[in-house]
Amino acid sequence: MTAVQLVALLLVALGAAATVAARDPVRQAVVVSLYGLTLGILFFAFQAPDVALSNIVIGAVALPTMIMLAIAKTRQ
Amino acid sequence: MSDRPAPARRPGELSFEGRRRLFLAGAAVLGGLMLWGLGGLPDFDSFTPLYGQVINHVGVQETSATAAVSAVNFDYRGFDTLGEEFILFAAVLVLALLLRRLGEEHTTPLRKDPRRAHTTSAAVRLTCYMLVGPTVLLAIYITGHGHLTPGGGFQGGVIAATALLLVYLGSDYPTMQRLRPLSLVETAKAGGALGFVLIGLGGLIASGSYLQNFLPLGEPGELVAAGTIPLLSIAVGIEVSGGFVLLLSEFLDQLLVIKRKRDTAA
Repeated sequence: MTAVQLVALLLVALGAAATVAARDPVRQAVVVSLYGLTLGILFFAFQAPDVALSNIVIGAVALPTMIMLAIAKTRQ
Repeated sequence: MSDRPAPARRPGELSFEGRRRLFLAGAAVLGGLMLWGLGGLPDFDSFTPLYGQVINHVGVQETSATAAVSAVNFDYRGFDTLGEEFILFAAVLVLALLLRRLGEEHTTPLRKDPRRAHTTSAAVRLTCYMLVGPTVLLAIYITGHGHLTPGGGFQGGVIAATALLLVYLGSDYPTMQRLRPLSLVETAKAGGALGFVLIGLGGLIASGSYLQNFLPLGEPGELVAAGTIPLLSIAVGIEVSGGFVLLLSEFLDQLLVIKRKRDTAA
């Protein structure tokens, strides 16, 4: 395992823990976006750039957007 | 959490303790199965799958696509991708059905509310405007170069949809609505899916098997090469971008346009 892969794994572990630790759903949506980005870095470090591209767009943009919109709707 | 009063239970509903026991039992079974599965995995860095080796050896000669993943997605396993396309198609369709305007809801006209105007700062708006063009270009690049470099129709399609999200962030909903006529978006979504099916039928007619790569393969590394692979990638890109734009629009409609009657009656 290379140093880059190790750092990527640690970042993902940190991001996942931070997502669980954030209790407010709005903050959680922002943290899960960063977590999606770290997963993208992980996939890239493990030589899966196709999956990395998908995850950066879905995990870091689309999923948090859906969560935010859903929260906004329920708070109306 | 524990000092909060327990919510009233409906008859037949599990108690908190019962739910916890059910969760722990389920988690124990799932955890055991996962550990068992993890134990059977090959060691880190030592896995050399036969399928991957075969693709790496013959993929470029057989398909002229330098991106092995795209060669698998759109050629060797093209039929699986067809199934995946229709999973997304069905998912967006069901979402549109679920988020439709119900009998007790009505649509409100989007009028300019002075209190909500300019809620985003000029810096955010400028950044969004500057990013829209490059994002669209990136989406076209990722989709069109699917057979050459990592990426393809799915990734490109979602990136294209995020360009519209940038428009919404940088301006307002009416501006975004003008940029995405829903009939065009729906046509793109359906047309992309249909395109994939038709290209597959072309293989059936020309070469006798569905999704067979029947077009000239050209030289590996050229933009116009790899036969049907870039065409399928573009079809997927159109479908996915349409699907995600529709998804985004349905959610935003729910938030900004569709209101329950009793909320606005007062």
